[in-house]
Amino acid sequence: MIIIDSKLCKGCDICIATCPKNVYSKSDKVNTKNVYLPFPEREEACTKCGLCELSCPDQAIYVEKEVK
Amino acid sequence: MVENESPYKKYLREERLPHIFCPGCGNGTVMSTFFKGLEGTDIDFENVAIVSGIGCSSRIPGYAKCDSLHTTHGRALSFATGLKVGNPDLDVVVFTGDGDAASIGGNHLIHAARRNINLTVICINNNIYGMTGGQISPTSPKGSFGTTAPYGSRDMPFNLAELVSAAGASYVARWTTTHPIQLSKAIQKGLENEGFSFIEVVSQCPTYFGRKNKMKTPLSMFQYIKENSVNKRRAEKMDESELEGKIIVGEFANNPHAELTANIKALAEENSDKPLAIKSAFEELD
Repeated sequence: MIIIDSKLCKGCDICIATCPKNVYSKSDKVNTKNVYLPFPEREEACTKCGLCELSCPDQAIYVEKEVK
Repeated sequence: MVENESPYKKYLREERLPHIFCPGCGNGTVMSTFFKGLEGTDIDFENVAIVSGIGCSSRIPGYAKCDSLHTTHGRALSFATGLKVGNPDLDVVVFTGDGDAASIGGNHLIHAARRNINLTVICINNNIYGMTGGQISPTSPKGSFGTTAPYGSRDMPFNLAELVSAAGASYVARWTTTHPIQLSKAIQKGLENEGFSFIEVVSQCPTYFGRKNKMKTPLSMFQYIKENSVNKRRAEKMDESELEGKIIVGEFANNPHAELTANIKALAEENSDKPLAIKSAFEELD
């Protein structure tokens, strides 16, 4: 599961550009700062590589890893 | 760790978030990659001291939940040298920008590299003075625009990675914010390296560099850096004309040699037959 912290996101769209599986899309939802948030539209394609977590400049993304 | 939160948030002072950096600024990415690199080593986060000078990138220590020192413009390396020689057990990391390290602190940078003191320097190079309003910096590419260069910069930029490796640093690498995995590996190597480690990170500044150079959105700057970076191994086979405007990334130097604090310690022990008195402030001396 991918969780985006709406309080921290500044809407730079780097997650959309960096995802190798093209999981993210821009949504119509805005946060309290009028920023259009991204959302994981094609989440089933996610391989949990964690690249978006690492690239996010605002530490707003959490990717839940499967517990073995 | 608190659930449903970025794994790098536990290293940050949460009451100060969200941080002051502009949307799309690379400083936040460098912060995350540093924490990832630190997780790969066996260094204790409690034992890390982060030093910085003045600039956008130098605000990073204010957000990290460890000992931090925010110093005068360009003198971050001098303060860090004092800190490291005073307590060689500390793991001192310096976050600095291109204006801070290459312009006003240029001499401190080359002399710290010459002495090969055990510091890890992460230089966030965004090619412009972002905090003061977009002036041209010593690393701005030829032909780029800024508030002090309305017709484009005519000067040759500094090649920081080459400069520092020529000055004698033992580990030098250059990566960009579009290579976060390679960057965190380089930071990990730099932290483990006994000697002066210099990691240059080419970063995006959409607010000033982007706006003046027809890349207004963070995404367009991100794509520009991604498309124009060439690995060093590939670049060696390319012509000079092909490499114009390209960012060469990779490892520039990796040759560990004698380190300053070890030299001082050996000198004191040779001449007095006693251990160095300033070795650690926390250890009891007998």
